[in-house]
Amino acid sequence: MTLLHMAILIPFFSVPLIPLLYKYVHQIHTGWFVMVIPALLLILFASYYSMQQPLDPVIYSVPWIPSLDIHFTIYLDSLSLLFVLLITGIGVLVVLYSIYYMSMDREKLHLFYAYLMLFMGAMLGSVLSDNLLVLYAFWELTSVSSFLLIAFWYHRKRSRYGAQKSMFITMSGGFSMLLGFIILYVASGTFSIRELIALSDQVSQHSLFIPAMFFILLGAFTKSAQFPFHIWLPDAMEAPTPISAYLHSATMVKAGVYLVARLTPIFGGHQEWFWTITITGLITLFIGSLKAVRQSDLKALLAFSTISQIGLIMTLLGIGSIALNSQYSGSSLLFAGATVAAIFHLINHSIFKGCLFMMIGILDHETGTRDIRRLGGLIHIMPVSFTLTLIGAFSMAGLPPFSGFLSKEMFFSGVLMTSRNLDSWFIVIPIIAWIASIFTFVYCMILIFKVFTGPYQPKRLDRKPHEAPIGMLISPMILAALVVILFFFPNWIASTLLEPSVKAILPQAFANGEEWHVHISVWHGLNTELLMTIGIVILGTLLYKNFHKFRNMYEIIPSRFSLNQAYDSGLVGMERISGMITRFYMTGSSPRYLSYLFVFLIVIVGGSLFLQDAFVLDLSDNAPIELYEYLLGFTMVAASIYMIFTKSRLISIIVVSVIGYIVSLFFVIFRAPDLALTQLVVETISTALFLLCFYFLPKVSKYVTPVKFRISNAIIAVGVGLTLTLIGLTAQGHHLFVPIAEYYKDSYTLAGAKNMVNAILVDFRAFDTMLEIVVLFAAGVGIYTLINLRHAGRKDQ
Amino acid sequence: MKFTDVFLQTSTKILVFIIMTFSIFILFAGHHNPGGGFIGGLITSSALVLLYITFDLQTVRDIIPVDFNQLAAGGVIVSVLTGTASFLFHVPFLTQTFTYVDLPLLGNTELASAVIFDLGVYMTVIGTTMTIITSISEDEK
Amino acid sequence: METFITIISGILFSVGTYLILNKNLLRIILGITIFSHATHLMLLSINGLKKGAAPLLGENATSYTDPVPQALILTSIVISFALTAFLLVLGYRTYMELGTDNMKHLRGNSHE
Repeated sequence: MTLLHMAILIPFFSVPLIPLLYKYVHQIHTGWFVMVIPALLLILFASYYSMQQPLDPVIYSVPWIPSLDIHFTIYLDSLSLLFVLLITGIGVLVVLYSIYYMSMDREKLHLFYAYLMLFMGAMLGSVLSDNLLVLYAFWELTSVSSFLLIAFWYHRKRSRYGAQKSMFITMSGGFSMLLGFIILYVASGTFSIRELIALSDQVSQHSLFIPAMFFILLGAFTKSAQFPFHIWLPDAMEAPTPISAYLHSATMVKAGVYLVARLTPIFGGHQEWFWTITITGLITLFIGSLKAVRQSDLKALLAFSTISQIGLIMTLLGIGSIALNSQYSGSSLLFAGATVAAIFHLINHSIFKGCLFMMIGILDHETGTRDIRRLGGLIHIMPVSFTLTLIGAFSMAGLPPFSGFLSKEMFFSGVLMTSRNLDSWFIVIPIIAWIASIFTFVYCMILIFKVFTGPYQPKRLDRKPHEAPIGMLISPMILAALVVILFFFPNWIASTLLEPSVKAILPQAFANGEEWHVHISVWHGLNTELLMTIGIVILGTLLYKNFHKFRNMYEIIPSRFSLNQAYDSGLVGMERISGMITRFYMTGSSPRYLSYLFVFLIVIVGGSLFLQDAFVLDLSDNAPIELYEYLLGFTMVAASIYMIFTKSRLISIIVVSVIGYIVSLFFVIFRAPDLALTQLVVETISTALFLLCFYFLPKVSKYVTPVKFRISNAIIAVGVGLTLTLIGLTAQGHHLFVPIAEYYKDSYTLAGAKNMVNAILVDFRAFDTMLEIVVLFAAGVGIYTLINLRHAGRKDQ
Repeated sequence: MKFTDVFLQTSTKILVFIIMTFSIFILFAGHHNPGGGFIGGLITSSALVLLYITFDLQTVRDIIPVDFNQLAAGGVIVSVLTGTASFLFHVPFLTQTFTYVDLPLLGNTELASAVIFDLGVYMTVIGTTMTIITSISEDEK
Repeated sequence: METFITIISGILFSVGTYLILNKNLLRIILGITIFSHATHLMLLSINGLKKGAAPLLGENATSYTDPVPQALILTSIVISFALTAFLLVLGYRTYMELGTDNMKHLRGNSHE
């Protein structure tokens, strides 16, 4: 256990404490206590960051399940450092913001913060784990906590729907990702990402390598809301706004991006990786921005914009991966520029989108609505909010002097690079990107001007709006300030964070030690990128002004064929089919259930015995049988068959004890004195019990209904008997291992006991015996409860 | 239920002591000869069951004022504690040990921690079995 | 002897299974008891029977039967005793509360 391991675990440890704080400290908002955790973690992680030189990767490992190659290994390099700084940094701001957003009196704060900390721990775990299975566990935990947080206001139907939807989509992606991880393990024999990268040549030879890639990408795409799995993100907006700001824009949806970046060294050299990611990213970028424009709910608008922006980052990562392709090794460092843009835009997006979400939350909080049609003219009432929204939205639109401008320019260089260095028809990529960016510009303008300018409609608002309290504004202010600072001083992080991150994503491209440095500058001269931006501003403004004329184009595809519709009907169909299947076999009859068990026993055990042709009958080693032994055996068989036909309770109880006593006689013959003694006494006491329970009851008739002969039951019974007999006979014929009995023959020297059976029970295998008496005790307690405590229950009724 | 069989009652009075003595013997004999906690406990319980069948429940309860539930719990605790005692000697849980000492009258005697463990088993078996039997027979119909 | 015992326990398995598939609670419990008897016999016979003296070092014999299955079975006997007792009382209580020990009548309502 190191400090970094503790850093992941601390949020988890805090989860049970938060409800206690909430319960016993009433004067202070629980959020203030919670804020300490991300703040401390931020300081801890920030101490790994230095302005002078990039971080040397640190690796700490704690064995967890070594036999399965699962180690709790933490690998902290610049790429994961960047993510943990985002997680903890935005975490602090979100908690601070939530203190003012979440009312102390009305909301279940203990649950809110407990889930939030659960998420934070899981998220830190996923970006810090080197072991794929540990990463997977944390990954799914983020889905679980996201589910809990979306359903935070679970009395709303939409919240429950959204939570379920996000859970279904992200978890099914998670499963397929697990499948991919397992294939990687089969191909390489390790779960460690470090070792997998080292073995990537060997891994890529495996026949299932490409399927594994797709399985893993499916996990990343569902998590990062890429087309066509993006449909969960707009519904996830039912969560409280701090959650939307934190999980559904800044951190969790970036997990897929992280995974793609992290695994690029393994898969990046393959065409399929480039094509899948780039095309998916481009479609998502395009559809997201197109759909964002028509939303009237501000949060839905931001949700679609998040989808589109993550699509942008994915596209860049896809293009960047060409750097690893051996065909283009000459220009590999050029493509690395796209990866720089991806990472830089990822940082920018987290910052400005966090800021924007917080602003929408403030608007919602102050006016009571997020509907664009009801808002307007707030510029005079909420001037600070206006400024902050403007900064965030302009940065998203890619305008100077905000950091979004820089990464947007780099994005354009990235997409232009494909048409310049690859085939000429790649020109579609920059064109699609450019059109999507025009729509991005439009929805950014909607966000600012529809809300803050235009006619003020106080009658359509639920409450009288005024500027938000200062505490609520601190977090978005800090984020907005960062947006501006990053524009003027992007090189503060360029060489210490961006450059080593890119080198971690594309290690093979830098293998020959070529000099390569990231330097971001604002002014490149009047190049294509700048012209593209100018074009966006002009066309975007025109489109914004005349947008009502284009509304009809959304009606081309009827809503019946939408992805949401497909999801909903799929859900209904799945429920119906599983209901049908369940009703078919869950009949509520215990003989029926038991017969399933027995049939499976016959089919699987007997079937495999038959298929393996394993049956052996070896009579050579048999011990001789005396006449009286035959007699005892036949008596037992006769008694047991008589059991089936008798109607009397008393007789069936007595017959069973006869069988029991004969068994104990057999134990005597078989040189098992301990067993014989035990069996004898147990039989006596159980017979007494049987009689007590089932015979001396006045209500019980002395006779039971005769067994109705059922041919199916008889077949199952004979089948079970036959299967087990064959197994028994076969087992006698096979002697695969040397019996361990020899060891116990030293019981006198080992345990000071001459009775080997007793020595095994109380010494060699005492643990079994201890648990066994616990079982016995539990049965006793159960019976005591069944009989004596039922009266207590009655009184309460 | 209550029997008033004089023959049964008279013989039970003698038999119970014989069975009880035998069960204690079996308990300690278990180390070297057939027997042990399970068998000992079950034999003791069968003696008690015999008492219950012969006399009525209240009479027996007056003679043997033991809460069998507590006896069973006590047995589990004794066994577990025997196991944890091994922590004091830095050996794994439930490691048993034995030694030989010279006791007055008895001569060279073996003392084994396993016997204490077996005693716990014995107590649990009696406690549980008797809890079951008394619970059912006490249940008012 | 081993083959003989195995076949006998096979028959016991059949009878036990048949009783377990019954609708009467008492028969089900008795069936489980028979099933466990059969298991014990089979376990013992798989290992070979009468192959030496009882596993007591006091016998001073040259060979002993294998003590491991015996220890296993001893544990199993006690556990099945606990199980039988619990099932019995469960059945008994069911009978007292609901007045029937027929599994068919114990199925609850049809709207589960």
